[in-house]
Amino acid sequence: MQLDSLYQEVILDHYKRPQHKGLAVTYDAQVHHVNPSCGDEITLNVSLEGDKVAAITWDGVGCSISQASVSILSDLLLGQSITEADLVLNNFTELMQSKGTMVGDDEILEDAVAMAGVSKFPARIKCALLGWMAYKDAVVQAQAKL
Amino acid sequence: MTFDPRVVRQDFPIFKRTIREGKRLVYLDSGATSQKPNSVIEAESNFYRMHNAAVHRGAHQLAEEATDAYEGARETVAKFLGGSVDEIIFTKGATESLNLLAYAFSNGGSGNRFNLTSTDRIVVTEMEHHANLIPWQQLAKRSGAELTWFEVTPDGRLDLSKLTEIITPNTKVVALTHQSNVLGTVNPLAAIVARAHEVGAVVVLDACQSAPHMPVNVKELDVDFLTFSGHKAVGPTGIGVLWGRADLLRDLPPFLFGGSMIESVTMTDAVWAPSPRRHEAGVPNMAQAVGLAAALDYLMQIGMDNIYQHEQVLGSYLLKRLQEIPDLKLVGPLEMVERGAVASFTFGDIHPHDLGQYLDSQGIAVRTGHHCAWPLTRKLGVQATTRASLYLYNHEQDVDALIEGILGAQKYFGGKQCN
Repeated sequence: MQLDSLYQEVILDHYKRPQHKGLAVTYDAQVHHVNPSCGDEITLNVSLEGDKVAAITWDGVGCSISQASVSILSDLLLGQSITEADLVLNNFTELMQSKGTMVGDDEILEDAVAMAGVSKFPARIKCALLGWMAYKDAVVQAQAKL
Repeated sequence: MTFDPRVVRQDFPIFKRTIREGKRLVYLDSGATSQKPNSVIEAESNFYRMHNAAVHRGAHQLAEEATDAYEGARETVAKFLGGSVDEIIFTKGATESLNLLAYAFSNGGSGNRFNLTSTDRIVVTEMEHHANLIPWQQLAKRSGAELTWFEVTPDGRLDLSKLTEIITPNTKVVALTHQSNVLGTVNPLAAIVARAHEVGAVVVLDACQSAPHMPVNVKELDVDFLTFSGHKAVGPTGIGVLWGRADLLRDLPPFLFGGSMIESVTMTDAVWAPSPRRHEAGVPNMAQAVGLAAALDYLMQIGMDNIYQHEQVLGSYLLKRLQEIPDLKLVGPLEMVERGAVASFTFGDIHPHDLGQYLDSQGIAVRTGHHCAWPLTRKLGVQATTRASLYLYNHEQDVDALIEGILGAQKYFGGKQCN
């Protein structure tokens, strides 16, 4: 069933056991992003140390795709340089826009390749990207403060 | 005539197609938009095929035929609502109707009966669709008028215990929905209308979820303005209706300016045409108006009473079956009393988006999210719900398919609940 390409075990696992969920008390930037079509919400905190993503914490409510995606990204981007993280972000965005034609580079995207199936479901791409857009926004704001 | 949804379905070509790898289409999203019978599709395309011309202009036969068809559609709408022809304004949908009204209120200037100031009050309800909330909310901001509202009780009814405190003597507008698009609740209009009229306020009724599903007569309801969208009533998209009482329309200032809506124009001034033309600037959506007339003819031929009865019976069955599922929580009235055949619910810890996705894999179309009524879902303490809405072409098998689908989703996501 095509549905299985959407709901990979990795995704449901992150949904049930989210990583870095729970907002840190201190942060360089905090953003709140909402998917207005369904009401999913994510609040995301970022702290930078020089060029490095030192901390990502988040809280949110929403479907398995949006919540798993932000969990995966927080695991994946933590400790990377902002430049490296940008590469991952661009890679992931490209994968989401691929309409099912890409499988994703697992050396760059690691667990996030499990999201490849989402690109075949146009209505769910925004769910998958919600946390990533929040991260992007937060880093820009954090950098502006440096 | 005996009503049989199986016969009705034959008029709707979409039910011949399949969904997701050959599944039967179980369409439970008519609250968002309805499917279209052949007669509507034919009427719309036949207008383009045979009669297309700009109405109210042009000295030629096609323009005459187009005008006849368009004005004929107005007569059909008047008959459907029990109003008179001059009281029917075509809009592109209920959202435009409500914005038209709210902006028209702003356009009169002092001395016009619709002009609002900071001493006036606008009343809405907590269960409004965004389309019947935001236009009034923004009118309140523009005019300085106070916006207040009826709250919703935990069982999904309007709390009318403070009727006279909410509809105060300075209230000028009471805008509310006839039937909630989320809860299914049909609001008790009589008491609200009586109080509104007692203080001289106009009642604006959003009939999007009622007019397609039950007999609606503007005289019996005694409201002042009423709107609905064609596409929720087996008609085309891009066409809606704003009905207004003739004496009110006479004083209602225009919102959109341009061709067709004037009596005379100079470089520095303009005189408005009488309603309804005053409110229909530009070349209107003619083919869609003709399609809407075909839709309303179709509904009237089946009989709005028959449609209502069918949905009451099927809605009862839907509510009963849903409530048999453990962990499923309905929002809105639990029994088929003063409510329509729409059911919104949450189900265990399966997010509505995920449930909707699973149902889609089984060919079942539902709506998920906040249903454009965010303040309401917030009040009810739910982030999002799954909504199944029924119409004349649904039958018991559709409800059975939904129930089976929900249980299937539990198995699917539960089974994946690893370790």
